[in-house]
Amino acid sequence: MISRSMLGGVWRYRGFIAGSVRREFQARYRNSLLGAAWTILNPLAMIVVYTVIFSQVMGNRLQGNTGHFAYSIYLCAGVLTWGLFAEITTRGQNVFLENANLIKKLQFPRICLPIVVVLNSLVNFAIIFGLFTAFLAISGAFPGWTFLALLPVLAVQVLFSIGLAMVLGVLNVFFRDVGQFFGIVLQFWFWFTPVVYPVTALPEQYRTWLSLNPMAAVVQAYQGILLNGQLPAWRSLAPVTVCALLFCVLGMHLFRKRAGEMVDEL
Amino acid sequence: MGAIKVSNLGKAYKQYGNRWSRLAEWILPGAAPRHKLKWVLQDINFELAPGDAVGIIGINGAGKSTLLKLITGTAQPTAGSVAISGSVAALLELGMGFHPDFTGRQNVFMAGQLLGIAVHEIEALMPEIEAFAEIGDYIDQPVRVYSSGMQMRLAFSVATVRRPDVLIVDEALSVGDAYFQHKSFDRIREYRARGTTLLIVSHDRAAMQSICDRAILLDGGRLAKQGSPEEVMDYYNALIAEREGSTVEQVVTPEGRVQTTSGNGRANVTEVAIENEHGRALEILNVGVPATLRIRVRINEALPRLVLGYMIKDRLGQQIFGTNTHYLDHALTDLAAGEVVDYRFSFPLNLGPGSYSVTTALTSSETHLGDNYEWRDLAAIFTVVNMNRREFVGCSWLEPQVEIQR
Repeated sequence: MISRSMLGGVWRYRGFIAGSVRREFQARYRNSLLGAAWTILNPLAMIVVYTVIFSQVMGNRLQGNTGHFAYSIYLCAGVLTWGLFAEITTRGQNVFLENANLIKKLQFPRICLPIVVVLNSLVNFAIIFGLFTAFLAISGAFPGWTFLALLPVLAVQVLFSIGLAMVLGVLNVFFRDVGQFFGIVLQFWFWFTPVVYPVTALPEQYRTWLSLNPMAAVVQAYQGILLNGQLPAWRSLAPVTVCALLFCVLGMHLFRKRAGEMVDEL
Repeated sequence: MGAIKVSNLGKAYKQYGNRWSRLAEWILPGAAPRHKLKWVLQDINFELAPGDAVGIIGINGAGKSTLLKLITGTAQPTAGSVAISGSVAALLELGMGFHPDFTGRQNVFMAGQLLGIAVHEIEALMPEIEAFAEIGDYIDQPVRVYSSGMQMRLAFSVATVRRPDVLIVDEALSVGDAYFQHKSFDRIREYRARGTTLLIVSHDRAAMQSICDRAILLDGGRLAKQGSPEEVMDYYNALIAEREGSTVEQVVTPEGRVQTTSGNGRANVTEVAIENEHGRALEILNVGVPATLRIRVRINEALPRLVLGYMIKDRLGQQIFGTNTHYLDHALTDLAAGEVVDYRFSFPLNLGPGSYSVTTALTSSETHLGDNYEWRDLAAIFTVVNMNRREFVGCSWLEPQVEIQR
């Protein structure tokens, strides 16, 4: 699936990868006055909106948890991690199209491009999630050692995102509908994942459907860890892990088979 | 280091009947291919030894850029293979894939890293890159505000900051102004002298002939001709004139040069001679003497209009002077079959010492793209020697009157 030469190529071009991640980060905020603050302000605005609407206006309360910040923490746990998933997949599906200029003119391992996207998304995520962690610590809601359980969940989620992004990225070069279509899918997917609302808000008969949604298990694991300091039910993550591996294999297969043809289509 | 071997190289693009057939081909198991292959390059074979300089010419769409992309590895061949040894620097089209939102400096780092140069090395080379590109403060501006010439300057400076074993240039240089073209060609010449293999696509005859020692002509995706730049260029010009489809013929002259003739033969040049002021046809003439170019044309079929053009070229095939009877207001009309026309063009032979050739063209209009009756390269060869003039160098004789005040 991943050949030694591919890894060798990535290693030789590590300078380019690191440089690209840094440059992209800088470029994103170069022409703005507040600079990196926007990385935080964007999700913060979203959290405020949802907190106000769902927690206050709609009087929605989480069952069994009455902490002052409970809903905000619940929301952050889902919104921030969903944001990482959405960023990797939406940017991943366009990575080859956006870098057509580079791909057509220079010879380098193409696999570097999705790697740059993933690293960039992780950097953005680290910043915002770091702040969120600080908030947890200050407000006394830090879940303690259970916090470390985030790492394996995060690993599974990133793997799932990468696999999906690779599949979409390659397909999008040949079928531009894929990009448009996934934009719509992502919206439905977000609302079909218990990010903003608790699972209990769903009518009983629809809850079983959630098990078909790989992201639901991931998001619920985060919420459990961060809100209740509860280790995730590892078994519930099995389907998403399998999906992640399947997408990765499929993505790499597509990439290896179509990388050459891709240049002709760009 | 620096050898290139291209064997049986071919490239085809897949063409699908409609938008759905690709999807069908991908998804339906065991289905027959639903695409047609559109070959843009086929059966290309050639080899470059280290230090060779080869020019690729051909009309737009002949496959030149595709060939370079296959050689640099940005595109995958459909058939055959390319073997290349040593470091490669390539300037394909414009800009080297610069990112429009990054500054020139950031792009230099990115491009440098993609060329396999480490960051600290790029830092060390940065002053040199800036100095060569000469774009001033723009280096810290986003590339989207650059002119195409500035992008090219920066791209060339980065790509050639270190001497590569193989340098591949695709017409990029034509974007630069005359000053930068000179500068970049000087660098290319310098690298070539130090052993870099050069592969260049250009429509600039002079550049091609002054840098390359071999040329390859691509026509319709196939290698149509390979040889000395002069020979291939002449053939190429003839080919352009020959769209109507009569024959192009090349014969080796006794001096070992290749004479190209083409045309539909409705008229032809039967005699070309250079005469001195006494009317004697000579092969060796003195600098600055009054000379006459005498050309005899035979009309084989009745012609509505006849324009005779001639071009004097130097030993490398560079154009020294050319004109035709259309520009000279002496085009002839209504010629009968069997007529013989004698032309005499008199001029002072203000050329520097060296060997020169005369190319003649018989056409119906001022360009040789009109009705091409005959095109004849190397129709006559003469040598100019400095018998009694004061010492000078160069390809023309511009003797000055000297006035000095002190």
